[in-house]
Amino acid sequence: MRPVSSPENRLWNPYLGGAFLGFVLFAAFFLTGHGLGASGGFARIAAAVMNVVIPDHVRLSPYLSHYSTAPLQHWIIPLLVGVALGGFTSGKLAGRCRVETLRGPNISVGARWTLAFAGGIIAGFGARLARGCTSGQALTGGATLAVGSWAFMLAAFAGGYAVAWLFRKAWN
Amino acid sequence: MAPFEWSGVAFFLVNVLIGAGFGVALERSGFGDSRRIAGQFYLTDLTVVRVMFTAIVVAMLLTLWASALGWLDLDRVWIDETYLGSGILGGALLGIGMVVGGYCPGTSLVATSTLKLDGLFFIAGLFVGIVAFGEVVPKFWEFFQQAGFRGTYTLDQWLGISKGETAVLVTAVALFTFWGADTYEAARGNRDKARD
Repeated sequence: MRPVSSPENRLWNPYLGGAFLGFVLFAAFFLTGHGLGASGGFARIAAAVMNVVIPDHVRLSPYLSHYSTAPLQHWIIPLLVGVALGGFTSGKLAGRCRVETLRGPNISVGARWTLAFAGGIIAGFGARLARGCTSGQALTGGATLAVGSWAFMLAAFAGGYAVAWLFRKAWN
Repeated sequence: MAPFEWSGVAFFLVNVLIGAGFGVALERSGFGDSRRIAGQFYLTDLTVVRVMFTAIVVAMLLTLWASALGWLDLDRVWIDETYLGSGILGGALLGIGMVVGGYCPGTSLVATSTLKLDGLFFIAGLFVGIVAFGEVVPKFWEFFQQAGFRGTYTLDQWLGISKGETAVLVTAVALFTFWGADTYEAARGNRDKARD
């Protein structure tokens, strides 16, 4: 497949980008039997740090304790290493690797950082509650036709559209 | 028959390679940029729905073909279990977090890898949200584990049709969505032109 890139920003046509992403997801199923993921990796990193700092607390928590033995010995950790490497390489080749804050035209840098942090908290909590995020639920479960993952995906779009009006000044 | 068992260095490398493909796909689709992701929720940029739905259809069809040809054992492919309660509530929160913060967990890592500071703040928030979840989930443990739990439950089982028929249906819905997105953008383009 030869992706179409526009000369000014070197982005792929969304249908070709999607097809490439779909092929990567299939390769994950075919080679390893698992799909893609992201938030689970962040949870494992958090558990690994808490294991060192407050080990007794982790052992006694019903949720954290299943991460307490070797949380980093899991496919999702090298996968995230790959995401960072792939993202960096692709961005570097397209001239998009530079220190900056991406924001709407009418929001200050400080406000954007605050909202990014707050959005991260909500998304992190939601992703763990749902046992996965856009990668582990929507893409992976969507392609394997899991009912819960399709419900998750519809709920994510519904949640986003429900609050979009309230945050319109952050983006428009 | 696929899928395969991996260990040691090969385990590490195969997962790094899959991750790298994932990272490139997200970056080249423009998902290292929060404005593009947020644009989906203001209907100013419909890339998210196009890329996601295309990826799901392509992966679904390739997986079913590989299985039909006897190359892939579907029984050993991971299928997310269905928890309607926590899945729907968590999904809604994730969608809200995407509008507030501009990313989801995977895309925030791509943004941070290309040095976007808003991506870094989003990741910092993710850790806070994840740890907070671990602390409070014992208070609603039963809801988390049992609300709407259906085990491994797929669309074909729900609809009472075959996997192949379900795949045709999902593909048709995707194509209809793409047609809708293209038509909407064309109409908006004409309107903007008329205004100029």
